[in-house]
Amino acid sequence: MAKIDFRLNGVPVSIETQLNRRLLDVLHEDFDLIGIKEGCGEGECGACAVLFDHEIINSCSVPIANCANKDIVTIEGFSNTSRYKILKDAFEEEGAVQCGFCTPGMMIAAESLLNKNPKPTTEEIKIGLSGNLCRCTGYNMIIKAIQRAAKVGEGKW
Amino acid sequence: MKDIRESILKTDGDEKISGQAKYVADIRMANMQHAITKRSTIACGEIKNISYPELPEGYFIVDHRDVPGLNVVKIIFDDMPVFTEKAITYLHEPILLVVGPNKEKVKEIVNNIQIEYIEKEATFEWKNSAVQYHFDKGLGKSIFENADKIIEYDYETGYQEQAYIEPQGFIGYLEGKDKVTLIGSIQCPYYVKNAVIQVLNATEENVRVIQPSVGGAFGGKEEFPSLMACQLACAVKKVKKPIQLIYEREEDMLVTTKRHPARIRFSAALNKEREILGFKIYCAIDAGANIGLSGVVLSRALIAGTGAYTIDNLDCSGDVFITNTVPNGAFRGFGAPQMYFAVEMFMEHIALDLGIDSLAFRRKYLAKQNDLTSTSGTFRDPIIMNEMIEKGMEISDYKKKRIEYSKEKSTKGIGMSFFFHGCGFTGSGEATHIKAKVRLKKDKDNTVYILVAAVDMGQGIRTTLRKVVAQILEIPIDNVIFDFPDTDKVPDSGPTVASRTMMIVGGLIGRAAKEMKKRWTETEFIVEKIYEQPEYIKYNDETFRGDAYPAYSWGVNIVEVDVNPVTYQPKILNTWSVYDIGKSIDDRIVLGQADGGLTQGIAYGYLEVMNHVKGVIKQKNMTDYIIPTAMDTGNMETVIYENPYAFGPYGAKGVGELTLVGGAPAVVYAIEQAINKRIHKIPATPEYILEMMNDGKNRL
Ligand code: FES
Ligand code: FES
Repeated sequence: MAKIDFRLNGVPVSIETQLNRRLLDVLHEDFDLIGIKEGCGEGECGACAVLFDHEIINSCSVPIANCANKDIVTIEGFSNTSRYKILKDAFEEEGAVQCGFCTPGMMIAAESLLNKNPKPTTEEIKIGLSGNLCRCTGYNMIIKAIQRAAKVGEGKW
Repeated sequence: MKDIRESILKTDGDEKISGQAKYVADIRMANMQHAITKRSTIACGEIKNISYPELPEGYFIVDHRDVPGLNVVKIIFDDMPVFTEKAITYLHEPILLVVGPNKEKVKEIVNNIQIEYIEKEATFEWKNSAVQYHFDKGLGKSIFENADKIIEYDYETGYQEQAYIEPQGFIGYLEGKDKVTLIGSIQCPYYVKNAVIQVLNATEENVRVIQPSVGGAFGGKEEFPSLMACQLACAVKKVKKPIQLIYEREEDMLVTTKRHPARIRFSAALNKEREILGFKIYCAIDAGANIGLSGVVLSRALIAGTGAYTIDNLDCSGDVFITNTVPNGAFRGFGAPQMYFAVEMFMEHIALDLGIDSLAFRRKYLAKQNDLTSTSGTFRDPIIMNEMIEKGMEISDYKKKRIEYSKEKSTKGIGMSFFFHGCGFTGSGEATHIKAKVRLKKDKDNTVYILVAAVDMGQGIRTTLRKVVAQILEIPIDNVIFDFPDTDKVPDSGPTVASRTMMIVGGLIGRAAKEMKKRWTETEFIVEKIYEQPEYIKYNDETFRGDAYPAYSWGVNIVEVDVNPVTYQPKILNTWSVYDIGKSIDDRIVLGQADGGLTQGIAYGYLEVMNHVKGVIKQKNMTDYIIPTAMDTGNMETVIYENPYAFGPYGAKGVGELTLVGGAPAVVYAIEQAINKRIHKIPATPEYILEMMNDGKNRL
């Protein structure tokens, strides 16, 4: 057991825990952040994606030991932003959500992509989403949603 | 009034995007215990002895001795035990559960249980047939006696894994002293409930099944969850605390049901005029260790044997083979994807052998209204395939591309598949077996409740059923409530499978809403409806004769690929689809089904590889089992045609499976053109394509 301090969704937090636990489990179980999903547990599907010092990472692949003093943002934290609202509307209007299990991870991926590249081409969106698996939508509507968000939210990213 | 097909925002979009929708793993309960399954390490044999480590306080073993009722998972045949007592029939067969408060400790105990086996020689060849079907149409195989020429080819299809992103899982707990409640990622609440009743020897009232948000299913959560639920229910009875049984991805991939591998032989009898007189079709599928739903899968495959074509004389037969491998089961399409690949390629290969234009040849045999189906039933409703094909060719510029890509040097190809899908259960299933029951309830404050057991697993039924009711009653959709199914509250409207939910359950709900509208001034009442097969639909399950389905949805898929000349990796450039689904209840939701289904269908044809070596599945996680990423998709365009079916709500027929079944033949047609070689096997991977290229034969 050890004490780890980090920022979670903008708030400093501190937790006493085993250092080898996955960030995924700490967030999902200890902080009850259910927007983080476990799809594969092996860094393949992106359902557990969070922003880690502004970079997208799969929280199933990160031990909590690596999180000391890091800035971690989950879908719960992101959902308080105006960029979230733009992406959310775009996802709904384009039909990008079916079962929804991949969706929070897709939102994080979209935010991360637009942060780096506010006007991505279709090909760049596809590359940006390539770490997130969706079995329901065939990605078409997710890609369109991100295009729409980029247009509607011009200047926000 | 608005046309119902005009899209509205999905009613559960908000909670899903914000991550607040609760899937089974997100449900917390005080004192939650964890269960992990101990599984066999051999594929065939018997358990000789089990030695257990000392169990710490609060940890339990749950096995066949803890099954109060029948140790059988109720599916169709009584051939799947809840926990095996002795006989091992496949690798990773469940033997027992370990349950306790600490997951790591539970894992450790599972690993420390030693099992000795008497190993027997396992069977992996397809030689033990458990189900045999045969039927014919017209003159059957005797037509072959008149043949001027006979053409025969073999086709083969592989496994496909549903790969829903949310793995399978349940939570179970006791309510009061005797009642077992199960919350699970499932498609069929009443399948689970009925299976658990039999296993616990319980009364109706003492088993309750609830569905939370479900993270994809695609058939994979049709019958398999019943096994988990039965195990967990026994554990809950014994441990008397809430228990979570959630699979990790690897366990899910190794032990859950998959699409049946198939081997299909087609023979065509042709006359002097190079016309088809009849077909002989033989289809073998690998069930794995239990029959499960395999017989039903085989019958759907055989019924789809002539594809979208009318062939007057048929001899159709098939076997379900039992092998010592993981049991296979339901997967979107349910036997049809295997058969459509085979029949579409066969039609093309016949045309090539005869040296005639394959498109004209295929179109000549397209089914028309009033033609006899493969089971000698009648296509009663109008078939508008010709119009749909013209549309598909127009939006894809098919003719021009087909000619351009036929040049020797071209690495591109374009292909088009034709198909239909029978909506609802095969044969008399709906009328005699399922007997769907729905309720619509009106409250004092004019709120209307939809009470059905239909599950939203992403396909959007929580939105579309509400839309149907709101539109018929002319009330705001917010006044129509459709909660997650709970068997304590909703009647058995049947499983969420077989492209039946909108057409059958929605049809009943629509009729209930019409009745409610007439009685709207009454303050508080319930309307109940029970499914009755349209009277003219008659089918004999034994002889495979009659109308196998009340209605058919139809489709055209066009796929354009570029095959890398060095790596032979196909790249999907564009896809176009045209569907007749009766009536779209929400265009955006239908288009979502179209995109997702086609992506799975295409991937089945060229990308998704799963195989076993001596019963060991080689792809045990999402790293090994490749499903499409965003990079693997092309541009997609879909056109929806309306062609209403009298008994569907607003004329709606089935959608879900239709969008998958044509993907494989369309992409393989395109690959064939790109590589100028014939393909007889899917997935058409780069390795297989290379093999074809090195083979001097098999030119188009
Ligand atoms: S659960 Fe972390 S990447 Fe799949
Ligand atoms: S919406 Fe189901 S996995 Fe993406």
